[in-house]
Amino acid sequence: MLLTILLQVASYAAFAKMGAGIGAGLAAIGAGIGIGGIGGKAVEAIARQPEAVGDIRSNMIIAAALVEGVAFFAIVVTLLIVFM
Amino acid sequence: MTDTKTFIKSVAIAILMVFALPLAANNDETNHEGESQEASAHVGDAEHHDSEDSGKFVPGDFIMHHIADAYEWHILDKGDFHLSIPLPVIVYSETSGLNVFMSSKFHHGHESYRNFKIAHEGENEGKVVEIIQGKEVVPIDLSISKNVVSLFVSLIIMMWLFFSIAKTYKKNPNSAPKGKQSLLEPLIIFIRDDVAKASIGEKNYLKYTPFLLTIFFFIFINNLMGLIPIFPFGANLTGNIAVTMVLALFTFVITTAVANKNYWVHIINAPGVPWWLKFPIPLMPVVEIMGVFIKPFVLMVRLFANITAGHIVALGFYSLIFIFGEMSVGLGYGVSVVSIAFTIFMSILELLVAFIQAYVFTLLSALYFGMATEEAH
Repeated sequence: MLLTILLQVASYAAFAKMGAGIGAGLAAIGAGIGIGGIGGKAVEAIARQPEAVGDIRSNMIIAAALVEGVAFFAIVVTLLIVFM
Repeated sequence: MTDTKTFIKSVAIAILMVFALPLAANNDETNHEGESQEASAHVGDAEHHDSEDSGKFVPGDFIMHHIADAYEWHILDKGDFHLSIPLPVIVYSETSGLNVFMSSKFHHGHESYRNFKIAHEGENEGKVVEIIQGKEVVPIDLSISKNVVSLFVSLIIMMWLFFSIAKTYKKNPNSAPKGKQSLLEPLIIFIRDDVAKASIGEKNYLKYTPFLLTIFFFIFINNLMGLIPIFPFGANLTGNIAVTMVLALFTFVITTAVANKNYWVHIINAPGVPWWLKFPIPLMPVVEIMGVFIKPFVLMVRLFANITAGHIVALGFYSLIFIFGEMSVGLGYGVSVVSIAFTIFMSILELLVAFIQAYVFTLLSALYFGMATEEAH
């Protein structure tokens, strides 16, 4: 039943764009979970040892930038789908 | 305390009254609904000059126009009045040799000149193509485009800053810093000590410090310049993947050139890895060799995507004003308050991202240099 509906769609470009949209959403979820985890653990670490705030903060920023880089890979792929 | 409370209350009431404006000016909605459906079907099209002529606002083209490179520096449009600064187009074609002319000969992309024109659709969209026997051929393009001019401007800024600071250090090495020196000295010492010395080690960090400092300040200054919308700033240089590719290529070349025997031994025959991951099917070596190429590639994509995404988001918030403004003028004014507030917030975030991306690029380059020159332990 679902397959007959799918077969009726003449242009696959629309599916590609829907895929790109879902991909962008998944990338956002991935980045959110990753950086949320980093932030949470960093705040816990500061609570355990407040005098290490400077070190913890710089390591948190580095790890957040690296995780965001991975999420941006997904964004670049979705932009490629939409614009090519 | 009550003074600030009443002040906040009056500001809140003023903002709420601005939102009441759309209710007052809602009578020109009727014609625009049919036209906006046509406009959304055309968003994927390339003809951005047609949208200017018909007066319809197409957000996709607006955003792309501000992010992409261009052959002229567009300053403003007011109705029919275009103000843009033409830039030199330098192309080398196989038929007519070296051609140098100003991009004003293209008349904003509408006319062709000496068989060259700016392609408006197809795979060469936005580039200068030559019409040879009816087909589009892309010549070797060495034009001074908007990004190149922005690169020159950032070069001038960097040379002025650093040559004057270096002269001050040479003339009075023991005096207290003042002016530009005191602005940049903390950053320079931070990169030298906490990035270069910490990652590469005491012995030979000084060899790599000039490159790391240059890369850090180049990326930081260009990121900041991309955020200022006034003339010679405002071009999206670090959001151009060719530029970030070159920076990542520098890091890759230096890493590979200075790598010592330990580095290659760690790649081909990583110590501490079980033998069955290396012997019949060399899984570990293949993964490590892929890593040699993927690490600079990731550097390139990280910088490009962060900066471009930031610009797209800020431009998207601006576009909201015009999208709502097409529906009704009052709605446009109402949305503009929210939109400007969000854009200010995003711009503050973008300032942070400008620094963080420069810092992360430099730190990772330093780490790769450190790993390449590490002694056996």
